[in-house]
Amino acid sequence: MNQIVPAGKRGSVEAVATVEHQEFVTMFIEGQMFGIPVLTVQDVLGPQKITRIPLAPPEVAGSLNLRGRIVTAIDVRMRLRLPKAKDDIEGMSVVVDIRGELYSLRVDSVGEVLSLPAAKFERNPPTLDPLWREFSTGIYRLNGNLMVVLDVPRLLDFNKTEL
Amino acid sequence: MVRNSADHGLEPTEERRRIGKPEVGKIVLNAYHEGGHIIIEISDDGRGLNIARIRQKVLTQGLASELELDQMSDQQVAQYIFRAGFSTAEKVTSVSGRGVGMDVVRTNIERIGGTIELKTQQGKGTTFVIKIPLTLAIVSALIVECAGERFAIPQISVLELVRTTAKFEHQIEVINRAPVLRLRDRLLPLVSLQKLLRLGGDEGTRTETFIVVTQVGTYTFGIIVDRVFDTEEIVVKPVAPILRHINMFSGNTILGDGSVIMILDPNGIAGSTGEIVGSSQATAEAASSRDMHGQDRQSLLVFRAGGQDLKAVPLALVARLEEIDATTIERSHGKPVVQYRGKLMPLISIDGSFHTATEGRQPVLVFSDRDHTMGLVVDEIVDIVEESLKIELTVEVQGLIGTAVVSGKATDIIDAGFYLTQAWGDWFGSPQQDTIEHVVKRLLLVDDSPFFRNLLTPLLSVAGYEVTAVESVDRAISLRDSGAMFDCIISDIEMPGMGGFEFAELVRSDGSWAMTPMVALSSHATERDFERGRQVGFTDYVAKFDRDALLHTLAHTLKGDA
Repeated sequence: MNQIVPAGKRGSVEAVATVEHQEFVTMFIEGQMFGIPVLTVQDVLGPQKITRIPLAPPEVAGSLNLRGRIVTAIDVRMRLRLPKAKDDIEGMSVVVDIRGELYSLRVDSVGEVLSLPAAKFERNPPTLDPLWREFSTGIYRLNGNLMVVLDVPRLLDFNKTEL
Repeated sequence: MVRNSADHGLEPTEERRRIGKPEVGKIVLNAYHEGGHIIIEISDDGRGLNIARIRQKVLTQGLASELELDQMSDQQVAQYIFRAGFSTAEKVTSVSGRGVGMDVVRTNIERIGGTIELKTQQGKGTTFVIKIPLTLAIVSALIVECAGERFAIPQISVLELVRTTAKFEHQIEVINRAPVLRLRDRLLPLVSLQKLLRLGGDEGTRTETFIVVTQVGTYTFGIIVDRVFDTEEIVVKPVAPILRHINMFSGNTILGDGSVIMILDPNGIAGSTGEIVGSSQATAEAASSRDMHGQDRQSLLVFRAGGQDLKAVPLALVARLEEIDATTIERSHGKPVVQYRGKLMPLISIDGSFHTATEGRQPVLVFSDRDHTMGLVVDEIVDIVEESLKIELTVEVQGLIGTAVVSGKATDIIDAGFYLTQAWGDWFGSPQQDTIEHVVKRLLLVDDSPFFRNLLTPLLSVAGYEVTAVESVDRAISLRDSGAMFDCIISDIEMPGMGGFEFAELVRSDGSWAMTPMVALSSHATERDFERGRQVGFTDYVAKFDRDALLHTLAHTLKGDA
């Protein structure tokens, strides 16, 4: 495959470029593949009993009990302004820890862990929806698929992106 | 408290010998835990409370009538010492406390959910029992259900439960869509939890509802719910930062069955009904103190000095209240000083003129910060009240921040900083303050010294800023992470843990405050510090006691920013 990387591109990829390979947990919403760095992931959960939180932002699906800790469930679908799921997909969740607070990111399904070379990383195309550009650090070119790398801290920063 | 027992409880040695007690008085401190509470007992074998004196004092202060007093047991009478402003001590000595009284002790204990009890026996001694919950966050809560969702209501604010059915005598009536309930000849305003929390679902189909009669401050209202379950002891956990803006919830918890449940905040519910505004100060205060930009309640020390006008100063600024023997006041460079705890303490009077009593005792408010101590001479200490400090009028008089309403009376708020700098002699600059444009600018003040926080907060508020004060860099960073934004950050340099320079570097490096102007405050205002400050990203650098320079700098920085 394409092993020749222009020198300039490497420098522009910031932190990712310094490591040759990065591992990502992949997940899917509406067929689109997303990835988050594997080390940020704490748990992967199947369908959970979620307590609704009245008056919360629509992206907040509710809260759930993960081994005695309260986890705030985020509906990534809503967060990314994707249409509501047609039929009731039970869904899976990826639990991440942001500054000591646990959040569970609800997606349609969680895939395998991929180890990806930095060479396949590319910045967000400028034509991407500004909201997605905000939440994504870049794109990985995979065989027959494109994986959007989610910037989890930004995805969960509800103050900045109140549009 | 121990000092109190030693000073007021135990008799002098001669007296003990005379009544046949062991010469050495005994104060026993006992701490243990019992049923989820920490119990601290402080007992002395002294003279016990002087019940007769308390009775007399209760009468003269009009707290109870003679008839009521006659029906009270000694133990009941003794409880009056916890009333605000109540002191039977003939003399305040340097041994016992700050002279702030048992009411402050009780308030502080109750604030953390504890209780204090008192047992006393004339001639045998006094025992205080302080009970503090082991985990501060465990509360007893009533579990209710509404539209299929369960919620917890802290038991402490629940007065009673009322069941209503269509045929029952208790019936919900409606005045222009506002539901009310006739309850024992009173009209109880009702709040529908379903509507309040926008839970959806049909409301009219229920034949039976429950009303949780809730009290917040002096305001009583009913919360309409579908079902009431049991009470449970729950552990309050804070809600996720992204949900903190919803003031209907005070936290969340995990129930015995493993499900997560939201804890309702009666204050927030009361506040949201709108009826509460103005009708109960306590609630409005509680609601606003949760609001990050809101003003906190402060304990104020009210006193008279240099005239009959009432004056006040935040109690937190006052280190001690002292009565100094007038004959011990000496003079140095023509200024009065007194030997205090092995050091010379300058005495300052409110109006500059100095005529202390030449004999007898002179009440003095002692202010101190690190190694500086200063005494402000007053005529009379009137009271300690808890109020939210809101300056109504600003005045052009040096040494006054302005006038506020304290306990319903216009009271001058003293600018302790003015007197401090007078005493310390490093105050210079003109007393004129810059008028700042009307847009309220938000400031974040980071300073580990409560003294300076209390000093600068009113000063900056009166200059037209909205001030949030935090005591450490960690707190500041967590404010940033929870999304708070400020127009300017004022930070101390010397702080335990992370100092101001590191803080500036951290703020500048990334996050939402990277562009916020920062002003450094320091007592070391040398050229080298200025340089270092600029390097790490401080916009400006101000000497700590130079309040005028601070106000100038702020006005300048914020103008440049706009």
